[in-house]
Amino acid sequence: MADTKNRVRTFIAENFLMGANAAKVSDADSFQDLHILDSTGFLELVSFLEQEFSIRVKDEEMIPENLDSLDNIDSYLERKLHAG
Amino acid sequence: MLLHQFFEAAVSKYPDKVALVCDTGTYSYAQLGRIAARLAVELQRRGVARGDRVALFLENSVELVAAVFAALATGAVFIPINPMTKAAKLAYMLNDSRAVALVSQASLASVCEVALPLNRTVISCLVAGPWERQDPRVVPFPDATDGDSMSTAGSSMLIDQDLASIIYTSGSTGDPKGVMLTHLNMVSAANSVSTYLGLRSDDVIICVLPLSFDYGLYQLLMSTKVGATLVLERGFTFPVKVLERMARHNVSVFPGVPTIFSMLMNIDTLARYDLHALRMITNTAAALSEEHIRQLRGLFPQAQLFSMYGLTECKRVTYLPPDQLDIRPTSVGRGMPNEEVWLVDESGRRLPNGSTGELVIRGSNVMRGYWEKPQETAKRLKPGPIPGEMILHSGDIFRTDEEGYLYFVARKDDIIKSRGEKVSPREVENALYALDGVYEAAVIGVPDPLLGQAVKAFVVLKQGYRYSERDVIKHCAGRLESFLVPKYVDFVDALPKTDTGKIKKLDLA
Repeated sequence: MADTKNRVRTFIAENFLMGANAAKVSDADSFQDLHILDSTGFLELVSFLEQEFSIRVKDEEMIPENLDSLDNIDSYLERKLHAG
Repeated sequence: MLLHQFFEAAVSKYPDKVALVCDTGTYSYAQLGRIAARLAVELQRRGVARGDRVALFLENSVELVAAVFAALATGAVFIPINPMTKAAKLAYMLNDSRAVALVSQASLASVCEVALPLNRTVISCLVAGPWERQDPRVVPFPDATDGDSMSTAGSSMLIDQDLASIIYTSGSTGDPKGVMLTHLNMVSAANSVSTYLGLRSDDVIICVLPLSFDYGLYQLLMSTKVGATLVLERGFTFPVKVLERMARHNVSVFPGVPTIFSMLMNIDTLARYDLHALRMITNTAAALSEEHIRQLRGLFPQAQLFSMYGLTECKRVTYLPPDQLDIRPTSVGRGMPNEEVWLVDESGRRLPNGSTGELVIRGSNVMRGYWEKPQETAKRLKPGPIPGEMILHSGDIFRTDEEGYLYFVARKDDIIKSRGEKVSPREVENALYALDGVYEAAVIGVPDPLLGQAVKAFVVLKQGYRYSERDVIKHCAGRLESFLVPKYVDFVDALPKTDTGKIKKLDLA
């Protein structure tokens, strides 16, 4: 969902990226590898997702496959929001 | 005995044993030995000679592990640098140490490229992974298959009095100071700690701490000393992944800090992971609350818990034998093997048990001093009982009970401990003053259930300037490692002052 990605991208850009870097993050880029988010950053991202999308991220869902790129977050939210 | 001889002995004694498990795979001691040897040859080709400083700016990885031993093998002094470090601070450390080589990785190379033009001492910057260089000094990390045999000419002249490492630590003044550690300092510390912990060759040690932090670094050093296996993680960002690996590799030793243990204990599904092999948990950098100790022991009844205290300037000072936890859970113990510790009053006089005073440390683990900072050094190292020896003043106030067990009381300085990391308020204030429009700034620590202390900034803006809390935090994040970045920013009209016009932090909350 393009809208989901945009909302998350905006959150990341507003809170973690400095200036020019904002444009360079592609959908598949790993936030960890690019040093955009560290452990505290991921906790803030999870808080944002929980508030913004009214979900509860379970402990076992806190994994890179669900959170470590815009694509991954998008797929995760898709599954989460449609699971009901 | 030289520090890297632990590693070389392990390569010789256990060539096929798994030395390292990390995200790129599993490495035997022999394989790791080859990677380190190849890198040592490359460093020598690039001008690294005995006594030179080699900065290591890498995430926890096989490259970082190899680089530690490669630098030592050339007779050089390795400087492990936190991968979260931003360019200005990286340049500061390269310049301060007059480093001759910088070893890094592709995902950090952009930071190197900003730092390098600010430095003239680095001859080569070796980058692991694909990177299109801008600075002509940037060169690729060598491929381990270019089989050259290692020349040990560099380290063959070393004695244990020579420096092995410089580890930068924060201070109240704002500029990091390089703690000079000789081979003797580090071998001595590794021997003491591994002895009181009882580490064994069949241990599997998990390291979720950066190797740029001495607590993390020594997991590697001690692992090579006893010939154990090290499971090296980048961090504790995804706790369930770490737990999966702990179960898969039958991890027996888990060193952590309170923030990590808090996150661990918040995981509802913890019981799902088979951690029966876990026999030892260690804590240092910040105190574990009595409640946390109780919870940890309840969750892991099969493991011994070690509460410890130390500082970079001497690696470790105290440990509490696990059987004392029921008797005095809030103590950090007594001195470790081959070390003497005591409390002194304001005039340096030794105090009897049952007193409160500054903790001083005597032993072969005590640093040589701060690199090229004689005044700072003189504040911490003072003459000891035997002429010519120096003892370390910790800068921390402790009290002892009747049996000499130590209890932390307070720091003498204003350093904040957040996530187990040292935060110099001055360093954060300096970053704040670099923001256009900041008239005055003051940084304090405030209690935080997860972090221990959170960093809070009070800012007075000049006329006509307006920022949001987020603006200021982002500005700091661009210059400082994440644990230094304020969690809270309060904008105020004025800061409380003393009669002499100094900012009165005691009145801030």
